[in-house]
Amino acid sequence: MAHNKLPSDDAPLVTRKEDLGEQARSQLIEPHGDTLVGKTVTINRPKAELYSFWRDFTNLPRFMENVVSVVPVAEGRTHWMVKAPAGKTVEWISVITEDRPDEAIAWTSEEGADVPNSGRIDFRDAPGGRGTWVSATILYDPPSGIIGKVVAKMFQREPAIQARRDLRRFKQLMETGEIATSSWTRQQHEEID
Amino acid sequence: MRALTWHGKHDVRVNTVPDPEIINPRDAIIRITSTAICGSDLHLYDGYIPTMKAGDILGHEFMGEVVETGPGSTLRKGQRVVVPFTIACGNCFHCGKHQYSACENGLPADNQDIAQTIYGQPMSGLFGYSHMTGGYAGGQAEYVRVPFSDVGPIVIPDGVDDDRVLFLSDILPTGWMAAENAQIEPGDTVAVWGCGPVGLFAVQSAFLMGAERVIAIDHFPRRLELAARFGAETINYEQTKTYDALMEMTGGIGPDGCIDAVGLEAHGFFADNVWDQIKISTFLGTDRTHSIRQAILACRKGGRVSMPAVYGGFVDKFPLGAFMEKGLTLKTGQTHVQHYLPGLLHAIMEQKIDTTFLISHRLPLEQAAEGYRMFHDHQNDVTKVVLKPGMDLQQNGENRHGIQ
Repeated sequence: MAHNKLPSDDAPLVTRKEDLGEQARSQLIEPHGDTLVGKTVTINRPKAELYSFWRDFTNLPRFMENVVSVVPVAEGRTHWMVKAPAGKTVEWISVITEDRPDEAIAWTSEEGADVPNSGRIDFRDAPGGRGTWVSATILYDPPSGIIGKVVAKMFQREPAIQARRDLRRFKQLMETGEIATSSWTRQQHEEID
Repeated sequence: MRALTWHGKHDVRVNTVPDPEIINPRDAIIRITSTAICGSDLHLYDGYIPTMKAGDILGHEFMGEVVETGPGSTLRKGQRVVVPFTIACGNCFHCGKHQYSACENGLPADNQDIAQTIYGQPMSGLFGYSHMTGGYAGGQAEYVRVPFSDVGPIVIPDGVDDDRVLFLSDILPTGWMAAENAQIEPGDTVAVWGCGPVGLFAVQSAFLMGAERVIAIDHFPRRLELAARFGAETINYEQTKTYDALMEMTGGIGPDGCIDAVGLEAHGFFADNVWDQIKISTFLGTDRTHSIRQAILACRKGGRVSMPAVYGGFVDKFPLGAFMEKGLTLKTGQTHVQHYLPGLLHAIMEQKIDTTFLISHRLPLEQAAEGYRMFHDHQNDVTKVVLKPGMDLQQNGENRHGIQ
């Protein structure tokens, strides 16, 4: 049985060959969702700066391409509106379940979410003074099951792809102050957004 | 504005397209005064580079005058600048180590997936070279948007002609880095495979770095003649057995440093099927993979192999045994242009390096498509085509050397 095995190496759960969604769930408070996404990026900035930028959730649409808006509704609760395939949007209320300044932020979606999800962002000092390791661990239920996931992937709104690209944009914004684009007119730039 | 746009194999056209605008704070808009057609542009022209889209503006060797700046740019309107072909942020870990072509933020996030898959990590962005390298509009145009303009462009002092400094954008630093990667020591003999622009600049650079002898290898007589002008001894591989000649010319020891400036000459990435197509269908196909093998076999024991030549995919029959047994060092990489600009500009100003000898043709931008055709069809005589957007249509006849 998989859950009886002792960990045999030091690699993160998300890089395992077998599906360890269960163990990932066990690391979250109030987990929602069963598809696991995990990604780490090194950002050449101090972790306190990255944490405080992220902690203000209204900043997130600046680099999360599909997030239309994040609006605070109460302390620790935010309303999310996110683009979905085929011109639709999905919504949910997100609640902070863990908040350790400069180190970690975790959340879970409230009952009634269009896409139930939960996850955590960890900020750790990178070795050798190379800035911060930012790790995202996200669990979600794909909209309309497996079909929804295939459709989403076709439109590149699949959360695994989106998380990877959003983290790159977060890195660009934090390191360079802007997000790289090859648009050469403002109109092209707006169409891409 | 007018710009040279790609539409398919052997189909490039000068079209009217929208003018570029400032998008990000660190951007600048440059009015192009000179822009060259690179050997690697011919691979786009031949249709070998995947992820091209109809209407893409080509060109990654260019310079001009600053006409607009974003609030984060350090440039001022009216300054003349040469722009590196690599788009690098200056802030990431790799830029901090002056490994600009490995910049982590030069590529738009969505364009990073392909390189991540092929190479393990994405590289910097490039101007005018397919959507795998970012999809950035190039400089064979009247104007161009330059991202991270506070990091890349170098300001050129007044009174220095475009022709003397234009090649700072790519091929001069690439040739210089090739020689640097050969870790030349005084008294060394250095062999250079390929006397295109990069090879010829590597020849000049190797002498400046203390090489006693440079042996240049090619099959175009005109290119060997140019190499000889800088003091190189020459081997024409069509008439001579290159390995045998190198051994005889070095008393049986082999060259201390070997520079492979043949490769694909391309700045892009190649999917393996595309690579195979190139091997089969280009006239240099077999020789191109041959040059790196030959460099490893000819190189003296404990010597250095430098590979500025671009290899996009896999090379068959790489002589790993010879490489290991002889204890060779191999250094390579896309050029960290930004790192070399101040020193090379200085070398040009001090007249230690000449770049103008390379230019065989100067054409108005309007005749860019003609420039591609000439460069493609007459590689012996057409060593470099420079496009000048402002140039009078009448003015170009004298520079054609009879090739139309």
